[in-house]
Amino acid sequence: MSSKVYTTESGEVVYAMVAEFETPADVYHAAEKVRDAGYSRWDVHTPFPIHGMEDAMGVKRTILPMVIGVVGLSCAGLGFLMQWWMSGVDYPLMTQGKPFATWQAFVPITFELGILFSAFTAIIGMLFFNRLPQWYHPLLKKDRFLRVSDDRFMICIEAGDANFDPDRTRALLEGAGGKHIDLVEE
Amino acid sequence: MSSIHPDQVTAQQLAGLSRLPDRGTPAPGTGDGSLIDDPSVRSPLVLNERTFKEVTDIVCGYAENKPGKWWLPALMISGSIAGIGGLAILYLVITGIGTWGLNNQVDWAWDITNFVFWIGIGHAGTLISAILCLLKQKWRTAVNRSAEAMTIFAVICAATFPGIHIGRQWMAWFLPPLPNANNIWPNFKSPLLWDVFAISTYGTVSALFWFMGMIPDLATLRDRADMRLRASKTGPIIAPFIPIRVDAVRAYVYGFLSLGWRFSSRHWHRYEAAYLVLAGISTPLVLSVHSIVSFDFATSILPGWHTTIFPPYFVAGAIFGGFAMVLLLLIPARELFPNMKDFITLKHMENMAKIILVTGSMVGFAYSMEFFIAWYSGNEYEAHVFKFNRAIPTWMSDKGAPYWWAYWAMIFCNVVSPQVFWMRKFRTSPAAIFAVSFLVTIGMWFERFVIIVTSLHRAFLPGEWGMFFPTAVDITTFIASCGVFLTLFLIFLKFLPVFAIAELKAVMPQASPHHHADGHDAGHGHGGGDHSKGGHH
Repeated sequence: MSSKVYTTESGEVVYAMVAEFETPADVYHAAEKVRDAGYSRWDVHTPFPIHGMEDAMGVKRTILPMVIGVVGLSCAGLGFLMQWWMSGVDYPLMTQGKPFATWQAFVPITFELGILFSAFTAIIGMLFFNRLPQWYHPLLKKDRFLRVSDDRFMICIEAGDANFDPDRTRALLEGAGGKHIDLVEE
Repeated sequence: MSSIHPDQVTAQQLAGLSRLPDRGTPAPGTGDGSLIDDPSVRSPLVLNERTFKEVTDIVCGYAENKPGKWWLPALMISGSIAGIGGLAILYLVITGIGTWGLNNQVDWAWDITNFVFWIGIGHAGTLISAILCLLKQKWRTAVNRSAEAMTIFAVICAATFPGIHIGRQWMAWFLPPLPNANNIWPNFKSPLLWDVFAISTYGTVSALFWFMGMIPDLATLRDRADMRLRASKTGPIIAPFIPIRVDAVRAYVYGFLSLGWRFSSRHWHRYEAAYLVLAGISTPLVLSVHSIVSFDFATSILPGWHTTIFPPYFVAGAIFGGFAMVLLLLIPARELFPNMKDFITLKHMENMAKIILVTGSMVGFAYSMEFFIAWYSGNEYEAHVFKFNRAIPTWMSDKGAPYWWAYWAMIFCNVVSPQVFWMRKFRTSPAAIFAVSFLVTIGMWFERFVIIVTSLHRAFLPGEWGMFFPTAVDITTFIASCGVFLTLFLIFLKFLPVFAIAELKAVMPQASPHHHADGHDAGHGHGGGDHSKGGHH
């Protein structure tokens, strides 16, 4: 968090500066420029995921798949132990002359539980790392921002970024082809 | 700060359920412009050169505007049928499952037939959302949302039947391993318990996948409602004299469900990673679910059930029947909703018809393999089941069984009827596809009936021989499950984003960051991001 707090003319704290773009190509190349200018607290808002935007923004690969893998495998293991303990230890049930604890018979449910908890981890983990749900956000107050869910592309540089400076940041966004450059209030 | 008014012209065009302008005429011999034979040219996935804005307007228009005049009557009819089903189930619960035509010989019949029928139908949705995603089949983006919705509704219908067939339905809570006063646990060596886990996992994962896919599109609906609220002080209200604007309700409900999604690329990055993982785990899941359903039969010793070919045969049949149901729903939908043909093109129809042809032929192969093994194994019980109980009619042999007609109905519907799709004329004709899909749906119901009832009705001993006749309760419950399915689908068509808007935009040619409107790789013959030139640095 930079120590400097910017305010608008009306005295409201500035959250960020936004610039609008017309096409995926425009916003893609603008993102490269913002990345190269050394900003870190900024984002590109697009109606759909743009192919290669991670590289244009310099976003690190998410660890989410690793987390899903670890949780999924652990839950599958726990699911196996559950069956083994219930069928083999706590309530041994003689069926069809089979041993009480038969790992082969436990495979389907072990597999299903692994899948079930991987799916929960995928969606909950995605939301957790994205800090969602977050029903209030300064950007959503901005009328022009709502067009992002339709056909507009927007770059948003937060005032909290160490490199943020109202004039230099505006110049950068203008130079990158941004239109309707505006400040967003906190 | 000025408010942006939604595009009035387009909004009005949509409100009148009118057709947006056609742009250009398709080249001759390409149907609606999507049937291109040249393998070097990709068929356009969205016709009429729609812009991003038009895609948003069209899809959100289905949820925001008054539906066609057919919608409410259709909902009332299907809802009433579903309600009658509720009464039939109530009668069943207070009377006992003897009100079905079950008896000591045939103790599984329509209940389990309906269960397998519905759960199989669900599989097409997961195939489209998961397997076709991994295979990078971009045409799936036009059908995945509705097919996933169909999956969830089919699983709801399916799960009802095992739930009510257990006799004492109030004991259903003994199915999951919950601690209880008797200090007992379920039998984990039983395929019926595997089935409980498979179906509940399948339903849950499908619903999660569906919901996650909808988050961005719900946010689009939220933002449009918000824009209208900010643009004008007045608007339609929910009911006379209740001054709450419809858009306020929309902004609230869609806003709540979209979890504050704000289309951030950092979010998209994790979203796409999660999406790919969900597709990756749903692929073995969908294969496992119908395999486990088939274990209900295959692990028994009953001739006709005790068959190792069942898992792949059931999976192929499930996808086959599921695609037929997808087409049964989408062919009327694309006629009834304006502009839907821009997204669901003849190419989509043809692709799905090809899947029906392939899976139908796989099912046909499985049917013939059962006969081969019955003969080759030298097992006389097995041979008797297939030769006499299924195939040979009563009028050809004294040993013939009374259900021969069900077997031949299945063969005609599932194996013979899809063969017309070898001819392009039929697989690009919505009417022909609809007719075949209808037959396939009937055929797949009969397949499960044949497997279950004709195997059970003549088991090893004469004392195990009997007949099954459905009662009014049987028939009502089945028809009502169709009513539940249709009711849920109609509600989905009206209130939720029927197409995956964000995914649809992402496969349009102008979505590529390397697309130039003036230039060389424009033209609607190309898919979206697949001609990215790799890293820019």
